[in-house]
Amino acid sequence: MTAPLEVSGSDTTAAPEAVLEGVATIEGRSLGQIAWMRLKRDKVAIAGAVVVVCLVLMAVFAPLVVRALGHPPNEFHYKEINPDTQVPIGSYGGISGDFLFGVEPVNGRDLFSRIVYGSQISLLIAFLATLLSVVIGTVMGVVAGFFGGWVDTIISRLMDIFLAFPLLLFAIALAGVVPDRGFGLSGDALRVSLIVFIIGFFNWPYIGRVIRGQTLSLREREFVDAARSMGARRPHILYRELLPNLVAPILVYSTLLIPTNILFEAALSFLGVGVRPPRSTWGGMLSDATHWYQVDPAFLIPPGVAIFVTVLAFNLLGDGLRDALDPRSR
Amino acid sequence: MGPSAESVLEVRDLVKHFPLTQGIVFQRQVGAVKAVDGVSFDLHKGETLGVVGESGCGKSTLAKLLMVLERPTAGQVKFKGQDIYSLKGKAFKAMRRNIQIVFQDPYSSLNPRMTVGDIVGEPFDIHPEVAPRKDRRRKVQELLEVVGLSPEHINRYPHQFSGGQRQRIGIARGLALRPEVIICDEPVSALDVSVQAQVINLFESLQSEFDLSYMFIAHDLSVVRHISDRVAVMYLGKIVEIGDESQIYGAPSHPYTQALLSAVPIPDPAQRASKAQIVLQGDVPSPANPPSGCRFRTRCWKVQDICSSEEPLLTIRPGISHPSACHFAEQTQIVETLTPEDVALPPAAATQDGLTQDLA
Repeated sequence: MTAPLEVSGSDTTAAPEAVLEGVATIEGRSLGQIAWMRLKRDKVAIAGAVVVVCLVLMAVFAPLVVRALGHPPNEFHYKEINPDTQVPIGSYGGISGDFLFGVEPVNGRDLFSRIVYGSQISLLIAFLATLLSVVIGTVMGVVAGFFGGWVDTIISRLMDIFLAFPLLLFAIALAGVVPDRGFGLSGDALRVSLIVFIIGFFNWPYIGRVIRGQTLSLREREFVDAARSMGARRPHILYRELLPNLVAPILVYSTLLIPTNILFEAALSFLGVGVRPPRSTWGGMLSDATHWYQVDPAFLIPPGVAIFVTVLAFNLLGDGLRDALDPRSR
Repeated sequence: MGPSAESVLEVRDLVKHFPLTQGIVFQRQVGAVKAVDGVSFDLHKGETLGVVGESGCGKSTLAKLLMVLERPTAGQVKFKGQDIYSLKGKAFKAMRRNIQIVFQDPYSSLNPRMTVGDIVGEPFDIHPEVAPRKDRRRKVQELLEVVGLSPEHINRYPHQFSGGQRQRIGIARGLALRPEVIICDEPVSALDVSVQAQVINLFESLQSEFDLSYMFIAHDLSVVRHISDRVAVMYLGKIVEIGDESQIYGAPSHPYTQALLSAVPIPDPAQRASKAQIVLQGDVPSPANPPSGCRFRTRCWKVQDICSSEEPLLTIRPGISHPSACHFAEQTQIVETLTPEDVALPPAAATQDGLTQDLA
């Protein structure tokens, strides 16, 4: 059964796959293109993506949306309020063609406008905080994983320290004592920057650990050895070999970190240490609504649903991205 | 073109110990894994030196040392008379062009985010003096053709190829800088048996075309026998026997080589009964704590007192045609009925390895 190895010498090199000659125009598909094709087939993830895009557009064009469908967010409408009970006159929190989500008790502010403007704060803080976490986490993770040794030891212990921090307590304390102006900023800009800093700066170890682990495993792959054996320097290995392979986990983790940060911002606003009134926030509205839940339970629904839908949409998109980008889940 | 006696690589007393440490902040060394422990050999111009041995005997560490992916604890490697570990800066980088490697795993050795053109052209990025920028695309296409791939594949990604084709891409990358020595670290052991033959034939035709010297690491004895001019047998970080293919396979003198060869399966069922297989007892000792004297003595059936007290050197012993590291070396014919045709690989597929088009 055994045949000698000798295949006549010319055969081995001369004939490149003749099968393919006719279809030479086949383009190479990058992993990114393949991921996009897979994502397109994932209906749930696409639904999440559509909702996310709508939310972002709504936040960006909030003034236009409100002009078309609502009232200015801080305009009082006393004629919608029963002066004896302070509760909206109309049923279901005063929902009508004029006030799509009803009105607030006491002042009668338009809940639709406040939800739309609240999305600005939620998304802005969540995006910026995520960006900050991802930048710090990626740099620290890559440095720790790539250089190893005592650099890795120090950064890893630093991550442990950050993770052991009671973040919520720290956020409450810090947000409570920071004055109304400082660092060249004042008012809402200062509050937003402060919350972005608190959330972003203390969340980087989560992504840092993921990136460190990925870098460690990539560094041991043979294609890195191949580049090193040819004499590649560290920047070449870092930018050509490692970082392109880290884009997928960074993207997935960012998408999954955004909803967490939206929830955290909402929690801070709920506790009264977020962005201050009269600026509307979803967490702040939810907090107000809890005082009225017995007489006006409809007030709870718009901010609650807004948070729920946003977090769900980002999570679905993130899960879909992970499935699309992770070759092992094929 | 047959091998000449001129040495391309001279390896002398090469040692690599990996320290074993304890403690988290203040690490202290508690021992060392003696992965490669005093290895010497010459690689002649145009020859193929096979290196065989079981897992963990230091074959891959030896390859990494020769590629300067690891620095040795002691010893020298001379490329055409120049010690490669003493070179610095530009001279060192230029020297790297002469020794290239083909890795074992065709899946982990190609960057999944780079196109085939980028992968095969990467050596030119690192050594821009080899090819002007405008020539690179043409050179990459030439290389693809040389290894039997279509030049049209230049814009494809590694995941669109089969294992055998990926290995060809790795070989094209290894050839790009026109090296004189290629270290093959088990280049076919991850491939389908039917594809192994094609890749080995490719190695052989490239050897004559580009005048290459190979160090061919493998654990498959029949593959090594087919491709090698000379064979070195490693055990626990040392070479125990080295000689021509016919000497090692026809007249092995070291007990370990004899045991290895007796384990090669015989394809003919009628002859199986007549074969005496030497079954070794016990496991390979830990390279962190190798036995004194002869390292093979814990599993050897010829063991005597001298084996634990005196280390047998790799020298030519009376009555033996080639160097052997055993006090009681004697040539025995183990695989008497085998001819090179018998140890050949299973029949090669009539065509090149089939192209799997990944349309996922």
